[in-house]
Amino acid sequence: MNRFRFSPAPIDGAPLRAEIQHHSCGGYASFEGWVRDHNEGQQVRHLEYEAFEQLGVAEGEKIIAEACARYGVERALCVHRIGDLALGEVAVWVGVAAAHRDEAFKACRYIIDEVKHRVPIWKKEHYVSGDSGWVNCERCAQPGEHEHTHEHGHHHGHGHGHAHG
Amino acid sequence: MSAAPLRALVLAGGRSTRMGRDKAALEYGGQSQLERAVALLQAVVDAVHVSVRADQADDPLRARFHRIVDRGDVQGPIAGIRAAQSQHPDAAWLVVACDLPHLNEATLRELIARRDPAKTATAYRSSHDGLPEPLCAIWEPDSASLLQRFIDGGRNCPRKFLINSDTLLLDQPNPEALDNVNTPDELAAARERLAGAKAAPRPLRVQYFALLREQAGTREEQIQTSATTPAELYRELAARHRFTLEPSMLKVAVNAQFRDWTQPLAANDTVVFIPPVAGG
Repeated sequence: MNRFRFSPAPIDGAPLRAEIQHHSCGGYASFEGWVRDHNEGQQVRHLEYEAFEQLGVAEGEKIIAEACARYGVERALCVHRIGDLALGEVAVWVGVAAAHRDEAFKACRYIIDEVKHRVPIWKKEHYVSGDSGWVNCERCAQPGEHEHTHEHGHHHGHGHGHAHG
Repeated sequence: MSAAPLRALVLAGGRSTRMGRDKAALEYGGQSQLERAVALLQAVVDAVHVSVRADQADDPLRARFHRIVDRGDVQGPIAGIRAAQSQHPDAAWLVVACDLPHLNEATLRELIARRDPAKTATAYRSSHDGLPEPLCAIWEPDSASLLQRFIDGGRNCPRKFLINSDTLLLDQPNPEALDNVNTPDELAAARERLAGAKAAPRPLRVQYFALLREQAGTREEQIQTSATTPAELYRELAARHRFTLEPSMLKVAVNAQFRDWTQPLAANDTVVFIPPVAGG
């Protein structure tokens, strides 16, 4: 089974954690991104994620392979939700199990940062005001201004992170 | 030795005597030669400059780009190369004439990939006479002093300079890529050849996601198009569907793999333009 997946159904972390649990591993780090009720001054009511699944799975798998090679971990998994999400739902789940905690933390961080910037997933926010918009495509549609990039650099710090505090 | 950083120079200071009008402004498929050359180079090199004569510096077509003005002590393309070298002495220069309508990204990428920084220059062999093509070549920083000595000796032919220098010569991946256009007859032939390349419309499948899906009003369409690259295809589709996203904000996938904007398209390919992503 792919180490990167899309899920149209709500994400349950417990069976995913069980999938990577192994006696050779002494450390486990996990990250969940949740749907937040506000972004850039707007009150968010719910979210919609859409993905180009075929390319997304391939790119996601590449990111996990990079994380494993870079930090010497063997057991990593990432699931990204698609479809309509209510406030508080899990948008993305990342888990890494490793011999020691340090590489688990680092690999987990690498995977979420790269997934946000490289995997073809799009987020539409629906606001309390009745308005809606595709994040990074509409309100900020100026190339360069937000250093929009899908390249392999690390997190670029633009303020569109939605699900992560 | 470590390679000098690469900058690109488009030569657009010619007098276009044989053509009878400004060659940089000649259009193929609605785009001027100069714009096309700059766009091609921007795909492969970060810093792209345009070489102009002093009396062309304010010409509107040229004024949009980073210009380097000739020094006036020598005539011809070599003047532009020397001016660029003086401005950035530590750089190697990928020098390209603006009048190469068949030049493509693959030819530039191959030149860069096979460059030998220890040579004076890396150039293609002409597919007509086997001699170096100086105007699609990489000139290393060390060539500057040699070139100045050559000029001081009263000479100004860049080709003769490369023939008599330590130049790495490569075979062209595409033998027509460096055919230039100097006369109205050659212009007509080049336009016909370029039009011929796109004469036969082919079926393509285009899939849309997110904002582009909404603006196109569909997830997918089968189209007949004579566009030969994703860049041409996006221009065509953006006009039809009134897409608001600039190509610079998008990435391209062909048959579910990331590709560049100049990837040649074949019949029945599936093309996806990827808007700015927002996972997580």
